[in-house]
Amino acid sequence: MNAPAYNFAYLDEQTKRMIRRAILKAIAIPGYQVPFASREMPMPYGWGTGGVQVTAAILGPQDVLKVIDQGSDDTTNAISIRKFFAKTAGVATTTATEEATVIQTRHRIPETALHANQVLVYQVPIPEPLRFLEPRETETRRMHALAEYGLMHVKLYEDIARFGHIATAYAYPVKVNARYVMDPSPTPKFDNPKMDHSPALQLFGAGREKRIYAIPPYTKVVSLDFEDHPFEPYRFNAPCALCAAENSYLDEIVTDDKGGRMFVCSDTDYCEGRQAAGHHGSLSAAPYKEKAGSHG
Amino acid sequence: MADALENDQPLLVADSLSKSFGRIAACRDVSFSLYSGEVLAIVGESGSGKSTLLQLLSGQLAASGGHVSYRMRDGVTRDLATLGEAERRFLFRTDWGFVHQDPAQGLRMAVSAGANVGERLMAVGWNHYGRIRDTASDWLTRVEIDTARIDDAPRTYSGGMRQRLQIARNLVTEPRLVFMDEPTGGLDVSVQARLLDLLRSLVAELNLAVIIVTHDLAVARLLSHRVMVMKGGRVIETGLTDQVLDDPREPYTQLLVSSILPA
Repeated sequence: MNAPAYNFAYLDEQTKRMIRRAILKAIAIPGYQVPFASREMPMPYGWGTGGVQVTAAILGPQDVLKVIDQGSDDTTNAISIRKFFAKTAGVATTTATEEATVIQTRHRIPETALHANQVLVYQVPIPEPLRFLEPRETETRRMHALAEYGLMHVKLYEDIARFGHIATAYAYPVKVNARYVMDPSPTPKFDNPKMDHSPALQLFGAGREKRIYAIPPYTKVVSLDFEDHPFEPYRFNAPCALCAAENSYLDEIVTDDKGGRMFVCSDTDYCEGRQAAGHHGSLSAAPYKEKAGSHG
Repeated sequence: MADALENDQPLLVADSLSKSFGRIAACRDVSFSLYSGEVLAIVGESGSGKSTLLQLLSGQLAASGGHVSYRMRDGVTRDLATLGEAERRFLFRTDWGFVHQDPAQGLRMAVSAGANVGERLMAVGWNHYGRIRDTASDWLTRVEIDTARIDDAPRTYSGGMRQRLQIARNLVTEPRLVFMDEPTGGLDVSVQARLLDLLRSLVAELNLAVIIVTHDLAVARLLSHRVMVMKGGRVIETGLTDQVLDDPREPYTQLLVSSILPA
């Protein structure tokens, strides 16, 4: 038997056609959730089954793939998806944002500005922005169809009434192309402005909920807000402890059990790039060198 | 005055409305006109077709026969059946109100009272938190709810407060027509009295047209100008409230009136 163990990029060609059709429709109607026949993938729901299917459908042999999980290239989820496509599609992988042509992401948009010819694929757990306000799927679809989005502001109103400001920090609702209200997946609202007029194509795949939606390049994306409580991206006010970046999104890392903590860039590629360029933060040390002969 | 002229036109006209569910005719050949500022009570026992009629009138149910026309805010009278869904829903959250018997159906129980009142405003494009909140708190005052409770969810409210909140939520866009389905059902008598008192003053103050479905003749007597008595899906008697209730013509109405327990 000489048959390859897998079809290129794991999914069979019919499935990829079906997903591509859904993607094309999603691009044609920015922000609209297109239902698709999501397949079972060799990973549990919640690990990016939607994103993986979208990536599999758009990947070509020449593509260079980058996978990030919460901004990081080296967490379990990112590594296993990267390995998955290296094995099933044989594509080149990278951690450098500029080199990648397809970037699958969970919960972050890279700090490095994306360029045309790049596709950003989001893993989406809950595609419906109205879900926790209106439990009926029939009703939410009707609300999207009729552009009845008053309810979305009810959520923001509740935030202000309870906390004095819009406390929604992630999955912050946006209006795409002045028509559909969309859930940008659980990215921090810090990343919302990056979606607006992005030169890269943005695709969103929700495997369990069986929905695909998209933001075509150079599309207007507006974060919802009130006139007297405008949208504000949130960032902890500190430089990165490793690369001293003042404008990147930070992760808080607990370093001991005495209240010690440090703030570092959540985008590891960006942070490493800055350190290599000679930027040093308050806690940066000489890069760790593995001993010769150690496995890695 | 243009207003006076307009008010000569009925606000809502029902023309031989019928609805059958299979072989059961829930509503047969109902016709009437309602003018702005007028309160019409539909009374009758359970199963007489009151609630079906209310759903037909408010466009929530498609009629098997007949038409409902409504004079829109622009003065044009239109057949409800010809309105698109978007238009009908828009009408429902601006120019109309619907007060349910069970406040849980008409309110969002998990979001704060302020947001409940503000939802309709946000739905028609209000985008200023401060103004929405001021309007909401103004309406809470008008329905006699302590504004200190503006941020509490209605599930922490008593039955009477919930019903008053539901009324505020409906009236905030200053509708011209409000449908009420047994608004005092399930409330104890003192709370009922207070609610009726409030409703009566709001109706007069805002010049509301109201269609109220009730089995409680006392409610009809207190609130309404006119009464329609229904039995078996038909309107069997109609007239001024005091006329119908004090001098009922039909045997069934006489029975209804005589069934009230003497106080």
